[in-house]
Amino acid sequence: MSNEKIFKEKEEIEGESLKEEIYLASQWQLIWWKFRRHRLAMISMFILLLLYFCAIFCEFLSPHSITYRSEEFYDAPPTKIHFFRNGKLVRPFIYGFKKELDLETFKFKFKEDTTQMYPIYFFVRGEPYKLLGLYPTNIHLFGTEGFPIFPFGTDSLGRCLFSRTLYGSRISLSIGLVGVFISFLLGIVIGGISGYFGGTVDNIIQRIIELLISVPTIPFWMVLSASLPRDWPVVKTYFVITLILSIIGWCGLARVVRGKLLSLREEDFTLAARLAGASEWRIIMRHLLPSFASHLIVSITLSIPSMILGETALSFLGLGMQPPAVSWGVLLQDAQNISSVALYPWRLIPAFFVILTVLCFNFLGDGLRDAADPYAR
Amino acid sequence: MLYFIMRRILFIIPLLLIISIITFVVIQLPPGDFLTTLITRYKLSGIELAENEVERLKEMYGLDKPLYIQYFKWVRNMIFYGDFGRSFEWNRAVSDILRERIPLTVTISLITVIFTWVVAIPIGIYSALHQYSTFDYLFTFLGFIGLSVPGFLLALILMWFLYTYLGFKVGGLFSPQFLTAPWSILKLIDLLKHIWFPIIIIGMSGTAGLIRTMRGNLLDELRKQYVITARAKGLPEKRLIFKYPVRIAINPLISTIGWTLPGIFSGETLVSIVLNIQTVGPVLLKAVMAQDMFLAGSIVMILSFLTVVGTLISDILLAWADPRIRYGGVGGE
Repeated sequence: MSNEKIFKEKEEIEGESLKEEIYLASQWQLIWWKFRRHRLAMISMFILLLLYFCAIFCEFLSPHSITYRSEEFYDAPPTKIHFFRNGKLVRPFIYGFKKELDLETFKFKFKEDTTQMYPIYFFVRGEPYKLLGLYPTNIHLFGTEGFPIFPFGTDSLGRCLFSRTLYGSRISLSIGLVGVFISFLLGIVIGGISGYFGGTVDNIIQRIIELLISVPTIPFWMVLSASLPRDWPVVKTYFVITLILSIIGWCGLARVVRGKLLSLREEDFTLAARLAGASEWRIIMRHLLPSFASHLIVSITLSIPSMILGETALSFLGLGMQPPAVSWGVLLQDAQNISSVALYPWRLIPAFFVILTVLCFNFLGDGLRDAADPYAR
Repeated sequence: MLYFIMRRILFIIPLLLIISIITFVVIQLPPGDFLTTLITRYKLSGIELAENEVERLKEMYGLDKPLYIQYFKWVRNMIFYGDFGRSFEWNRAVSDILRERIPLTVTISLITVIFTWVVAIPIGIYSALHQYSTFDYLFTFLGFIGLSVPGFLLALILMWFLYTYLGFKVGGLFSPQFLTAPWSILKLIDLLKHIWFPIIIIGMSGTAGLIRTMRGNLLDELRKQYVITARAKGLPEKRLIFKYPVRIAINPLISTIGWTLPGIFSGETLVSIVLNIQTVGPVLLKAVMAQDMFLAGSIVMILSFLTVVGTLISDILLAWADPRIRYGGVGGE
């Protein structure tokens, strides 16, 4: 036997076993295999995981705490991090900067002072905090000694924008998940009732959904959140805002659930279950729900961005989360008009995080949609 | 056809009724009524209102009556007298403020819808006919950006970009000297100079969505057999595509007007606030901040009403364009 022949045979056998694997794989395995091939969706997934990781460990990753205020550096631009000194690669360092009064505009300008050099150290001791809210420690991922570092600059009160963006991601990123969870519960229950029982119930629920969909969301949310007292604690505001966002959010999910249920309840296995004496609840939860779970995940992923954007928009307008709380929308309040954006462009940095997150969720949802139906060719 | 239109119009009456109830509930939501706000305001300025004075005010505004009577009164005034209540923030009738702002909102929204269509349909057709070409990829990519980046952030970023790199200032709808001037040709020209920016921003996400739908629809149609038949019979390619598949692919788009309208009104509200345009957006924000609920509620009510009417028009258009819908039951419903 020639080498070539053996090679060919081996390939055939392997191809065979691969096919076998496909036949034996569970639905979720097939979905994963198909999803893996969607390059953009995979990248998006990793970026999102990274963002959520940063949100969880934000105290560790940020050089300053959320209450930190620099006494002298208001509206400082992002600190430049240098890698080369005299043409040689050295440990990353920053220069200290001096405040200078521009005599023409009467505004303070920051100038790098190349005589002072502060190297960046990793795992430095800084302000104490509790990791995950449990373990007290004071180690931060990076930091400088003698001179503060502001990777994204500071705001008008001298607070580090980088640290605040990290802290803000907690509210901004979690509100999407919590909001979608509430919408999901509402959507699945109401959509389930609508699709399973049909008839008048279905008709009424469908009309309500049509009504809610025809309401322009932002004005409606604005009016609703306006009725919240300003002095509520952060947690309470957070949950009520999430609820407000979910009021419209559930409609889309309810529609998906209903549509799928309507087609699935005509299937033979539903009839079989009913003949076997299964209760309605059991039929829905055990037989119908798993058969369209993948479609649900797609709709859920695609509805997270609108929640995140809703919170950002409301907070941006000053109607959502209120200042001691930090979210990307709250941070963007400083960038509301053209003059502040033109003078302090780094205030727009949180906007890029919002866009990145939303873009990633959209790509992820797109990839999931392609993968959701692994049997479709 | 007439029967269809009548039925649709009858159908929106209960819809409007429910919207009005929701709005009324929202107006009542904040703790205390607007009289309490008024009293606190007087107190802040040092005027103490006597007990009987408060009672008189209560009676004057009908606040001593039960809620449902207040509701009926509110609806009655709205329908028969066009009276939406009074804004105490502006100290003017709500209807006056609305009359100033609504026309501009409607104009901008309408132009945005037209802009969306004019841009999206040709691009959609091009993308479908040249699937996987460079431009197709480019448009798909731009479409994703357009769908993901919310208008108000886009407005901010573009404003910053245009200002710092090209040195011109966008925002507002009129140059300062025309802001309070009466309408004239010059003011109109000035308006045209400014209006393109908000329209592109507001229309961005709608355009992106429409391009994707149009492309998908047309691709589906192009694969159908009648296209092959027509081509086999020797119909010129241009005529073939524009006379049949394109017309069919546009049909479902008409029905999406109803869905895009709420988005346009939403986006318009936010973008107007950022760009400082004299539409209802900034007024709504101000009203909401001051808990001026009659004004805020009325704006939401009007915007919802406009959306419902827009959806109605799109339904009628669709029925006119597609006889299957007119006579009920599409396919095997």
